[in-house]
Amino acid sequence: MDAIDPARKDLVDEFRAKPVGRQSGDLRRLLNAMRRHPDLPPYILVCTRAQREWHLATKPAGRGAVTTLLDHPPFSDPLEAEWQVFRLRWKALTGEDLPHGR
Amino acid sequence: MGADLPRKRIIGYADKLSLAPGETIAFKASCEDIASYRADIVRLVSADLHPQGRGWIEEEIATPVSGSYRGREQAIPVGSWALVDDAPGLCCESLTVCLHLWPTTPHKGEQALLARMDPEGRRGWMLLIDGAGAIALRIATDKGVTIVTTGVALQERVWSFVGAGFDGATGAIRVWQRPQKTWPGHDATGDGSGAASGSLDAMGLPLGIAARPGRVEGLRRFCLDPCNGKLEAPRLYGRAMDAGQAIALQNNPGAERSLVAAWDFARDTMSETVRDIGPAAHDGQLINVPTRAMTGHNWDGGVMDWKAAPQHYGAIHFHDDDITDCGWDTDFVLTVSEGQKSGIYAARLVAGEQSDHIPFVVRPPRGAATADVLFLLPSASYLAYANEHGAIESAGAMDAFSGHLSGLSAQDLLLGERPDLGYSLYCHHGDGSGVAVSSRLRPVLNMRPGVTNAWVGPAGTFPWQFNADLPLVDFLEHEGFAFDVATDEDLHDEGLDLLSRYRVVMTGSHPEYYSKPMLDALGGWLQRGGRLMYLGGNGFYWRVAFHPEIKGVMELRRGEDGIRDWVSQGGEYYQAFDGAYGGMWERQGRPIHALAGVGMAGQGFDISGFYRRTPASRDPRAAFVFEGITDEIIGDFGTVGGGAAGIEVDRCDFAKGSPPNTLVLASSEGLSDLYFPGPEEIDNARPFMDGSQNPNLRADMTFHETGNGGAVFSTGSIAWIGSLSWNGFDNNVAGVTANVLRRFLDPEPFPEP
Repeated sequence: MDAIDPARKDLVDEFRAKPVGRQSGDLRRLLNAMRRHPDLPPYILVCTRAQREWHLATKPAGRGAVTTLLDHPPFSDPLEAEWQVFRLRWKALTGEDLPHGR
Repeated sequence: MGADLPRKRIIGYADKLSLAPGETIAFKASCEDIASYRADIVRLVSADLHPQGRGWIEEEIATPVSGSYRGREQAIPVGSWALVDDAPGLCCESLTVCLHLWPTTPHKGEQALLARMDPEGRRGWMLLIDGAGAIALRIATDKGVTIVTTGVALQERVWSFVGAGFDGATGAIRVWQRPQKTWPGHDATGDGSGAASGSLDAMGLPLGIAARPGRVEGLRRFCLDPCNGKLEAPRLYGRAMDAGQAIALQNNPGAERSLVAAWDFARDTMSETVRDIGPAAHDGQLINVPTRAMTGHNWDGGVMDWKAAPQHYGAIHFHDDDITDCGWDTDFVLTVSEGQKSGIYAARLVAGEQSDHIPFVVRPPRGAATADVLFLLPSASYLAYANEHGAIESAGAMDAFSGHLSGLSAQDLLLGERPDLGYSLYCHHGDGSGVAVSSRLRPVLNMRPGVTNAWVGPAGTFPWQFNADLPLVDFLEHEGFAFDVATDEDLHDEGLDLLSRYRVVMTGSHPEYYSKPMLDALGGWLQRGGRLMYLGGNGFYWRVAFHPEIKGVMELRRGEDGIRDWVSQGGEYYQAFDGAYGGMWERQGRPIHALAGVGMAGQGFDISGFYRRTPASRDPRAAFVFEGITDEIIGDFGTVGGGAAGIEVDRCDFAKGSPPNTLVLASSEGLSDLYFPGPEEIDNARPFMDGSQNPNLRADMTFHETGNGGAVFSTGSIAWIGSLSWNGFDNNVAGVTANVLRRFLDPEPFPEP
C-alpha cells in the first residue's frame, strides 16, 4: 500500500468539494488507504433522528463490539460528517490540521 | 457529551404476513422497562423521511385492537438442536454415546453433543465439548458430578469420531476422540478415563442432541450449552464400550443388542424430524431449523446431490444462533373486516417515545381480485435481508465498500446487542458459516416503515426493501390507480391462480429472491398475456425454497456464482427444503433477461445516476411510454442517491437471453467508480470494470411484447421507485410509470412487432 502523501492537497480539495460520488482514481486510492488503515479509529455514525441527526462514534468490526459515542457536535448533513472524519484521519496520518468548514 | 445511544425497547412480530378479509392475525410484542403500550392498526402509505420526501402518511383503522396492553419482556429460545422426548427405553444404568463431529467453535466453552441431564446439572449424563475444547463425559449421580475429559482440544473443522462409555456397575468412564485427519504437531487424538460413584438416574428427562434441554415457557423450549458444528450419526447403547467397539458398530448399530437409539440424519431430510433407526424409534424433533443436507464425514466429492447419495449427507449443521420461531405469547389478535381494502398495514405499538410498526398485508378476498393491478410485495427478498447486520458487524470496514460512513439506527444497535434476534441470509453465524435459513417468526427490525439501511447511502440514508417499496403505494394512491397487494408467499402458495386475476403486476424495487413456483407462475402468466412492470434492480436472481412444513421460513444456498457475502461449502449446493439445486437462476437455464428483458449488471451504494433516452424510445411501439414527455434525461433526481438509475442495476443483454424484440428505451449514465459488476460478469479481471468505464455496467429501461397481447416494461434499477414522488409526483419518472401503467391496463392487446 502506498504511503499517504501530505503534499497532495489537490486530493483534499477534491474530497472537500465532493465527499461522495464519482471521484478521481488518486482520491479513491487515498480514501481506500484511510478507510482500511488498521491504526485509525473505526469511525461510524449513530443516527439519533431519522434522516436529520447523526453523532460520531466508533465501532470495531466483529460481533458484540461496543459502539462508543465520541465527544463531537452532532451532524445534520451526512456530507459534513464525511469531511470531519476525513479531517480526523488526515490529522492522524499526516499530523496536519485541515480547515474545519467545508 | 450530551447524547446517549438510542435504544429500541419495544419490538414485535406477527404469525402471518398476509391475510384476507375474515382471517385472523396474532401479534406478539416484547417490551423492555415499559409497563404498558397502546396498539392501533394503521394502513401505511408513506414513510419517506428524506428531507425532500413525502413524510409519514398512515391511516388509522378503527378496529377492536385499539387499546392499551401490558408491556412484558419475552425471551427468545435461540439455538438449534434436536429434542427427543423422554421414554423409559432411553434409560440405562450403563451407556455408550458416540457420533461423528465437525466442530466449528471448539473453544467457545461447554457445548452439549448428546445430553440427558436436568437444567441444574444435578442428574443425568452429557457428552460434551468441554471448556478446553476437548471431548468429555459428565455424569451426575446421587453421589455427585464427575467429568472425564480427553484433555486434548479438537481441531476446528476436522471430522472426528467422538464418544464415551460409562459402566454403571463399576463407575468406570472412558472418553475418546479420533480425528480423521492429523498433521505433524497437530494430532487431536485423545483418550481419557476416570470413575464415578453412585447410580445414574435420568428417568423423566428428555434427551437433547446438539444442546441440553432447558426450561419450557409456553411454546418456548429453551436449550442450554448449544453447540456449533456438524453432527452425524449419534448412537446410544446400553452398555459401556471403548472406542474400538463403538467404531466397529458405527455403520451397523443394529448388530449390537444393547442399542438404544441410532439417529440417522440422512433420513427425511426435508422434514424437521430426526429418525431413530433403532428398535424403539426414539425420533427427535428439530428446533430452530438447523441446516440439513450437509456433507458428512464420508463425503468424498464423488456426489454433489444429497438425494443421489444420502449416506454421504448424514450431517446436520447446528448453530447456537439459529432462530426460527420466537414462540412468544400473543398480545392481541385482529380479524380483518370483510370489505377491508387490500393494502399494506401495520400494528402500531406506542409507549411514550418508543414505538414499533409490525407490517402485514391485507390481500383481496381469496379467489377474487378487487383491482386490475397487483402490487406483488417482494417479501421473499425482505426475508432474505431480515435483520441484516452488515454495518453493525463490519462497522468501519463498510466505508470503503460503500464509499461513505455507515449510520447505525436504534434497530441496528439492538441487533448488534441481541444475537438471539437472528440473522439474514447475508450474514455469517457466530461460527463463521453462512446463514442459509431465514424466518419471519421473529421481530424483523429492518422490515419497518421509515427504517433505512445503515450502509446504503451516506450515513445510511437510502431506503431499502420494504421501506423503499412504500413509495409505490403512495404513487398509486396519489395517481388514482386502484390496486391489490399480495406477497411472494401468496404467489408461492397459489401460483398462476393468483396472478390470473390481474392484468398488470408491479414489482417492488428489489425482488431478488424467487422460488420455483413463484418464477413458474410469473413466466406462465406472461405467456398468457400478462403485463409485468419490473420497477426494480437485481430481480429474480437467487433461487430459494420455502419450508415444506413451517410457513414463513426460507432457505438459500449461495452456490457456484453470483454476489455472495458467503459461499456454500462444496457439495452443499442442493437445498434441503425441496432437494433442488440452489444458487442463481441464471445458472439454471432461467436467466432473468429472458423474463424481464434485463438482468443484473452491477451495484454500488453511494450515488445513483440517470437515464438518457435512446433513439429506440421514438419507436412507435413505445410511443405510449413517453407520451407528453419531451425530456431526454429521465430521473436525474430522487431520494435514493439523487437519481432513478442506481444502487443495483440491470441491463439488456441479448447474449444472455433478452428477447430479440426488446427495445432499449433509455440507458443510465453517471454511476460512480464504486459500482462493480457481480462475479458472474467477471470471467477474468480487467482494469475497466468500474462504473465510469464499464459499458456493460448500466441500467437499461426496456420494453418488449410477450405474445398473446402481453408485455414487459423494466427499469432495471433499485432507485427508480425512490424518484416517483419527487416534486409532488410532478416529474418524468412518475410520468413514465403512469404512462406505462395506463397502457398496460388497457385491454387492447399489444400487437406482435
